[in-house]
Amino acid sequence: MTYNPIVRQRGVRHRTGRIFIYLCLGLIAAVYLLPFLVVALTSLKDLEEIRDGSILSLPKAPTFEPWRQAWSGACVGLECSGLKGFFANSLMMIVPAVVVSTAMGAINGFALTRWTFRGSNFVFALLLFGVFIPFQIILIPMARSLGALGIANTMVGLITVHVVYGIPFTTLFFRNYFISLPSELVKAAKVDGAGFYQTFFRVVLPISIPCIVVAVIWQFTNIWNDFIFGTTFTSGGNVPVTVALNNIVNTTTGVKTYNIDMASVVITALPTLAIYVFAGKYFLRGLMAGSVKG
Amino acid sequence: MSMFQTSSQTVLPRRQVLDGAGLRGWFAKYASQVAVSPSIAIVLIAVYGFMVWTGVVSFTASKMLPNYNFVGFDQYVRLWSNPIWRIAVSNIFTFGLLFISISTLVGLALAILIDQRIRIEGFFRTIYLYPMALSFIVTGTAWKWILNPGLGIERLVHLWGWESFRFDWLINPQYAIYTLVIAGVWQSSGFVMALFLAALRGIDEDIIKAARLDGANGIAVYRRIIIPQLGPTFLTVLVILTQQAVKSFDLVVALTAGGPGNSTHLPATFMYTQTFGRDQMAVGAASAVMIFMTVAAIVVPYLYSDLRNQRDDV
Repeated sequence: MTYNPIVRQRGVRHRTGRIFIYLCLGLIAAVYLLPFLVVALTSLKDLEEIRDGSILSLPKAPTFEPWRQAWSGACVGLECSGLKGFFANSLMMIVPAVVVSTAMGAINGFALTRWTFRGSNFVFALLLFGVFIPFQIILIPMARSLGALGIANTMVGLITVHVVYGIPFTTLFFRNYFISLPSELVKAAKVDGAGFYQTFFRVVLPISIPCIVVAVIWQFTNIWNDFIFGTTFTSGGNVPVTVALNNIVNTTTGVKTYNIDMASVVITALPTLAIYVFAGKYFLRGLMAGSVKG
Repeated sequence: MSMFQTSSQTVLPRRQVLDGAGLRGWFAKYASQVAVSPSIAIVLIAVYGFMVWTGVVSFTASKMLPNYNFVGFDQYVRLWSNPIWRIAVSNIFTFGLLFISISTLVGLALAILIDQRIRIEGFFRTIYLYPMALSFIVTGTAWKWILNPGLGIERLVHLWGWESFRFDWLINPQYAIYTLVIAGVWQSSGFVMALFLAALRGIDEDIIKAARLDGANGIAVYRRIIIPQLGPTFLTVLVILTQQAVKSFDLVVALTAGGPGNSTHLPATFMYTQTFGRDQMAVGAASAVMIFMTVAAIVVPYLYSDLRNQRDDV
């Protein structure tokens, strides 16, 4: 990492400049943090305090009751069992969807860069287009197809959809990663007579950990945060947590329980936030790779 | 002689595998093609096949279920005479233009600020980027609460003493679309910053040093030397934000649900409500085709030039 030596002036002008920069950065950081702060504060207040205070006032008697409610008591329509079941849905959906789409992406990426064949560039372009399609164009046929296969409104159906539309992304990640690896490794394995899968599992996979991490994080974040597939292809008790959150917020029986809504927001956001905090570096790499720069 | 014998013997079995007869030999020879073929099949069906399928449906009289009575361009005529679709199209221009330009400006400004040898750079970067990890449903729900006219920012300012302050954009049909811009920029500008920052770090320092020796001050260096070099990054940012805007669905659902009074519908939410809410599948398909064409018009030339440049590099 190198730095642009732009700020080089010495003396008072330099120092006021520095203070100005830090002030700007700090102010903007506050703006970015405030929504999260407001949500967290609201989730710890009771309804009376919410009505009396402001969104920024500190809870006088912090309570985790809204969190408990959000987890196991909040109502979706007439069913009042909280987010927990839907959170479990998302977990059950995400593990197979991430594993399968990442594995397929890894094999594709290897085949398209280090075990190439006539037309492999064309195949890559074919797959890559899938990264950019607006999902509106496939919703109707996919809904019909899931119905025809008998997996409409099931976890299996939703997992299938996530795998299918995850493949272009994971293929792109691994293709970009493998293309940067020295080709001598694979050539040496080939000379030794190793086949496609031997080379893949023994030579390539062990040095692909960084890319696997990026692909897994990307897929996890995207699938966990998905709404359009969840709301189109599942309903009732089978929806993922994002859809359930939206249903809880829009359930209009009785008093609006803003504190429970906000606790639900935090619970839904927690897994991806945790990944971001603990593996932010890889998360960023995934984002950058997703912007097609290979 | 014997040396040649052994070497050809060790080579022979492998050659047999490579172009030898039998299913095993064939699989070994075409292992790569075999490995990618499931993905090719999946993408051919679920991306290209489904695209065509939706296109076909848009020319039929499908309502709740698809039927194949072809009606030509009737559904497109119906689509464009639908007032909500027209609102959605005009909204996507307003939303897209503001969302893209503000996100780009904020992102670039943040990147430049952070590039000034900041001591706790990682700390600031983490804060600017965390919204990107959130679902648009989470973002939308959070901002819906913050922008709540009775209890949100409006009330906060009232409690600070400015009693006549009004901030009711969320329930005002004229201004509700701007709440989507606020939440969208909050979510996406950090990512734009990351892209620009990576590009800034890649600029050749010698050019900048030379300019400084010629007496250019900080602002001039950015205006005349650094920013013009960011052209490709601007393009990447533009393409990503444009397709993000055109695809926007979750944010609208969570923040405004298309309201008040249909004033914040975007093409993506229109498509969904027509197809799955009002059983107008063919109209929904026609709108999906319009959305697809818009994205394709932006993405295809970009991909084409990107892939071609990569080939030139090799």
